[in-house]
Amino acid sequence: MSEEKEALFSKNNRALLTDPLSDNNPITVQVLGICSALAITVQLKPAIVMSIAVLFVLVFSNLIVSLLRNMIPSRIRIIVQLLVVASLVILVDQVLKAYAYDVSKELSVFVGLIITNCIIMGRLEAFALANGPWKSVLDGIGNAAGYGFILIVVAFFRELLGSGKLLGYEILGHKGKTIAESTGLYQLGYENNGFMLLSPMALITVGIIIWVHRSKNRKLIEN
Amino acid sequence: MDLRKQIDKIKPHFEKGGKYEKYGPAFDGIETFLYVPNHTTKKGAHIRDGVDLKRVMMIVVLALVPATIFGIWNIGFQNMGEGQSFWAYFSFGAIRFLPMVIISYGLGLGIEFAYAIFRGHSVNEGYLVTGLLIPLIMPIDLPLWMLAVSVVFAVVIGKEAFGGTGMNILNPALVARAFALFSYAAYMSGNTVWVADAVADGVSGETVLGALGGNIMPNTSVMDMFMGYMPGSVGETSVLMILIGAAFLLFTGIASWRIMLATVIGASLTGLLFNAIGSETNILFNFPWWQHLLVGGFAFGAVFMATDPVTAAQTTKGKWIYGFLIGVFAILIRIVNPTLPEGMMMAILLMNVFAPTIDHYVIKSNVNKRKKRLQKVKA
Repeated sequence: MSEEKEALFSKNNRALLTDPLSDNNPITVQVLGICSALAITVQLKPAIVMSIAVLFVLVFSNLIVSLLRNMIPSRIRIIVQLLVVASLVILVDQVLKAYAYDVSKELSVFVGLIITNCIIMGRLEAFALANGPWKSVLDGIGNAAGYGFILIVVAFFRELLGSGKLLGYEILGHKGKTIAESTGLYQLGYENNGFMLLSPMALITVGIIIWVHRSKNRKLIEN
Repeated sequence: MDLRKQIDKIKPHFEKGGKYEKYGPAFDGIETFLYVPNHTTKKGAHIRDGVDLKRVMMIVVLALVPATIFGIWNIGFQNMGEGQSFWAYFSFGAIRFLPMVIISYGLGLGIEFAYAIFRGHSVNEGYLVTGLLIPLIMPIDLPLWMLAVSVVFAVVIGKEAFGGTGMNILNPALVARAFALFSYAAYMSGNTVWVADAVADGVSGETVLGALGGNIMPNTSVMDMFMGYMPGSVGETSVLMILIGAAFLLFTGIASWRIMLATVIGASLTGLLFNAIGSETNILFNFPWWQHLLVGGFAFGAVFMATDPVTAAQTTKGKWIYGFLIGVFAILIRIVNPTLPEGMMMAILLMNVFAPTIDHYVIKSNVNKRKKRLQKVKA
């Protein structure tokens, strides 16, 4: 049993946590989970809630599948994985409906669509089925954090430039009907960028993040 | 003027091993702008012409001059109404228009030069035309900072991200306009933006297409449409001036007459079709098909935008298909899409995306034809 000898936060285990943040980011490097990154990043709040939801589902599905991995016949493993993920997603959906109804309505089908998020099935297939529970939990946290980080960065820029707000607070000033009624930047003639609210701009924002990321991170430079 | 001698004197500093080697691309860009370089392409399969790209771009800029001068005059004419002197109109327009040109060229060329130095390639010439096209297709009342944001977006995302001049998929000037339209819709469409100070001065700034969009048949005379005495983007209103530019482009062999003709044919046929169908609820169905060619950005787009050699189809047959579909989609969008009164920009951008696909299939069909011919000879 080599697994038990390994320290809880050995170098390898730490890499599981930090790798998906940059070198192997699920969105910017593996280009997975893009649809939700485009759909729910108009505002910061839904993006944060979505990140937490994915974190919960990914960590627990990784853990459960990893515990069951030696019992699952490989022919029906996809069905079993789906069953685990779907139960967790329903759990998240019900909790959101009960305690955060507004956000739940904003996220609409995208909570349910966590089931089809490629990141989750990808991690279950590629990692949880072949590794122990502790490592799988770390891998889940790492990947969900990498996903959530990009989601929050995109949502930050889209809400700031698109509606001039952050988490609903008007940090660029209030926009009245006329310039005289406005405050802050709007008094100077500033206008919100309507394009930022449309999904193409989310794709372009993700593209810019990938561009910056790849030109900064030497490991990702292709020749 | 001993500019040539001056340039030759400081040139060694910018060459390999010189003091300012890093800024070589910027120096090269300025030098070849001022003087024809003495090293043009001499051999190789890609030879097309003895002219280098910078001359081509300058000819397009010259072709834009009539439309630009008329546009500047028209800014004043639309705001002040009849009864003023030419210079009164022109100076009013120039005061409004020149800041837009300065911002467009200043920012765009600044980014191009920065990229050239950073990446170590020579400065791309393409911006000479784009820099003038952008202010020509914007409403005159657009706040300058919005223009600046659009220019930066068009150059960085529309062009440099793809690899610079010659590599861009979409026409950068139209990228700037599309960006501005989606970002600041209130400043890019409607009845008040097409004439300078329309709201403050109480001038009606309704365009022909704007009126039609509101289901009202406009009373602009055909002569006004042709001459361009109507509100609109700076460069787009006068079909006469655009035709002078088009004649110049065709005479020098720079732009493709196939694309221009195909665009007109496509638009005419689509217009005819909708005229024939007719409609009681949508007045655009009954707008005479040939007047579609005179209003909005159709003429300007067909002559200066659709023919952009980088983003258009390259094959002869492909050019016909590409131009024809631009005409079809432009009129289709105008008539059937209620949210977009003008469809020329969207039509060109759409076909820019499809141009490589069209070329691919034209070439493929040619290959197949030749294969069949070969089989016949063998058999």
